Amino acid sequence: MKKWICFALAALMLFAFAACKSDVAVDDETYADGDQYEQIGGELNVLNWGEYIDPELIDLFEQETGVKVNYIEMTSNEEMLIRLRSADSIYDLCFPSDYIIEQMIREDMLQPLDMSKIPNAKNIDPKMTEITNGFDPGNKYSVPYMWGTVGILYNTTMVDEPVTSWGILWDEKYAGQVWMYDSLRDSIGVTLKYLGYDLNTRSEAEVQEAADKLIAQARIRKGWGTDDLRSTMENGKAAMCVIYSGDAFVSMETNEDLAYAVPEEGSNVWFDNVIIPKTAKNIEAAHAFINFLNDGNIAARNTEYIYYSTPNKAAMDRLDPYFTEDETYNPPQEVLDRCEVFHDLGDFTEVFSKAWSRIKSSN
Amino acid sequence: MKRKYFAYPYIVWMILFIAAPMLFIFYYAVNVDGVWTFRKCWETLTDLQKWRVLWVSVEIALATTAICLLVGYPIAYILSNMKKSVAGFISALFFVPMWMNFVLRTYAWRAILEYALPDLFGIPSMTGTLGAVLMVLVYDFLPFMVMPLYNTLSKLDKSLLEASRDLGADGKTTFFRVVLPLSVPGIVSGITMVFVPAITAFTVPALIGNGNYNLYGNEIEQAFKLLAGRGDYSVGSTLSIILLVCVLVSTAIMNHFDKDKEGGSIL
Repeated sequence: MKKWICFALAALMLFAFAACKSDVAVDDETYADGDQYEQIGGELNVLNWGEYIDPELIDLFEQETGVKVNYIEMTSNEEMLIRLRSADSIYDLCFPSDYIIEQMIREDMLQPLDMSKIPNAKNIDPKMTEITNGFDPGNKYSVPYMWGTVGILYNTTMVDEPVTSWGILWDEKYAGQVWMYDSLRDSIGVTLKYLGYDLNTRSEAEVQEAADKLIAQARIRKGWGTDDLRSTMENGKAAMCVIYSGDAFVSMETNEDLAYAVPEEGSNVWFDNVIIPKTAKNIEAAHAFINFLNDGNIAARNTEYIYYSTPNKAAMDRLDPYFTEDETYNPPQEVLDRCEVFHDLGDFTEVFSKAWSRIKSSN
Repeated sequence: MKRKYFAYPYIVWMILFIAAPMLFIFYYAVNVDGVWTFRKCWETLTDLQKWRVLWVSVEIALATTAICLLVGYPIAYILSNMKKSVAGFISALFFVPMWMNFVLRTYAWRAILEYALPDLFGIPSMTGTLGAVLMVLVYDFLPFMVMPLYNTLSKLDKSLLEASRDLGADGKTTFFRVVLPLSVPGIVSGITMVFVPAITAFTVPALIGNGNYNLYGNEIEQAFKLLAGRGDYSVGSTLSIILLVCVLVSTAIMNHFDKDKEGGSIL
C-alpha cells in the first residue's frame, strides 16, 4: 500500500514538473519576425542584477539554442567589477551601467561586439544609441538593455504643489518625510543639478558645495534608502523620495496616490547595457543571447516583466499604451533633453567618495 | 602525548579562517594593484574624517555599554536572588530571542518602529533617530551584559553577605562595599562583551538609523563598495586594522581589571 502511495506521489510530481516545463511552450508570438535560432550548445554564464530578466525568456533561449544558461545575480556594479577582475572569471555576459562601461573600456576589459551576429541591434532606437554613444563611442562594446531617469516619486496626498524643482527636497514643510537615494553618484548628482552644475563636474569646490547642501538637509531627510524606498512609498510612509523611473513606475501601479517627476533643473538619464567581457569563453552564445534579447517580441516581454523602459523600438511598437503613453516609462523628448549620462570620473572618484563619507557621517 | 593530534583540526581551522584572512587584510592594506606602497595606507591613517567617524562609533558604543550596565546590573542582581527555577525561567525569556538571527530581529524592530507603533498609536515613525539606534543596540546586546553578571552574582558566597549584616552594615553599605566589588569580574566581561560588538555594529545603524548614522563598520563597507571596483582594497583594509587595534586595546584594558579571570571563564 505504502509503495503505491509513494509511486503515485512520484508520478504526480513528475507530472507537475512536466507541466511546469510546458508552460514556456514556444508560441508564434515568441518567434519575432519569423526568426530562427541556430543550435549552438555549450554553457553561458550570465551575470545580471536581481529580478532583471523574465526567467521564462532564459528557458526559451535554452530551448531554442541548446545553450545551458547559468544565471548569476549581482547587487552592485562594484561587485560585478570585482568578479570580472578575478583571474578565474567565468562570465560571458554582463549588464553594467553607463559610467562603469566607460571605465571598463578605458581599462580594456571588454570584447568588441561582432554586430553581424546581432542583426536585431537594428531594433534599438537611434535616439538611444545617440545617448549611449556618450560613454561607449560608436556603440562598439555594448548594446542598451534597459534605461530610465532619476527623479522624485511623491505622494499626492501629502504634496499638493507641483514638483518642478529639486529644491522641494530641502523644503521645511516636509521635514522628516524626505528620503534620499543611498548612492553616491545619484544623491550628489541631483544636488549638483539643483545648484546648476554639471553631473560630471571635475570641480572640487562644486562637489564640496553639493556636500554642504546635503549635510544641511539633515533635519528634513528621514534617511537614505535603495530598494526599500518602494515599500516605504507604497505604504504612504513618506512624502517623497529620489528614485529611478523604473522603480517609480512599479510603485505607482501599487499605490495610485504616487506620482513621478523629473525636475526642471535636469537630471540623470541612465543605461544598463549588455557587454561581453574580454575573459568570456562562449562568445558565440553570448552574441546569440544579445541578439535574442533584442528581438522585438522578446524585448517587449522582458520589459513587461521588469517594468523598466526598453530602448528597443520594435518592442515599443508592440507594447500596450499603458506603458508607451506613461511619461514615467516613456519620458517625452523635453525631459530627455535636460538629462545627461554619468561619465566615469577616473581618479576624481576619490573627491566624490571623500565628500560622500563626509555627508554620510555628518549626523 | 598522542592527544595533541586532536587539536590539529582546530589548528587547521584557525589557520584557514582566522590567520589567513588576517594576513590578507595586512597584505591588501599595503599592496595596491600589485604594487607595495604605504602611501594609500598613510593617506587613510591621516584622514581626519575617518577618525571622526571612529570617535562617533566609540561614543555610541560607550553609551550602549553604559545603558546595558545600568539596566543589566539590577536585572542580574534580582535574578541571582531568586529561586533557581524561577531565575532559570526568566533568564530563558531573555535568551530565547537570541536563538533567532540578529539581522531578523533588527528587521523586526524596523517594522515595529516604522509601521506597528505609528499605525497603532498615531505617533511619528522613530527610525532614523539616534535614540532608536541606541535602543535597538541596547536590546540586542543586553543579554551579553546580563549573562556574565548573573554568573558572577549567583556564585557569590552568601555567607559574606550574612557576615556583612552581622557586622552592622545596612543593605546599601553591603551592596556597595561587598557585592559590587566582588562582581567586578562580571562587570568587566559584560563590558567587553557589549562594547566590542557595539563598536563594530553595522546592521543596526543601517536598518534602524536609515543610514543617517554612519558608524565605523559602515565606513569600512563604503570603502570596499566604492573603491574596490577600482581595484583598491587599501582604504578598507587599513580601516579594518584600525578597528582591530581598537578592539584589542579595549580588551587588553578590560583584562587588566579582570585579574583573576573570573568572568572570562564564561566566554
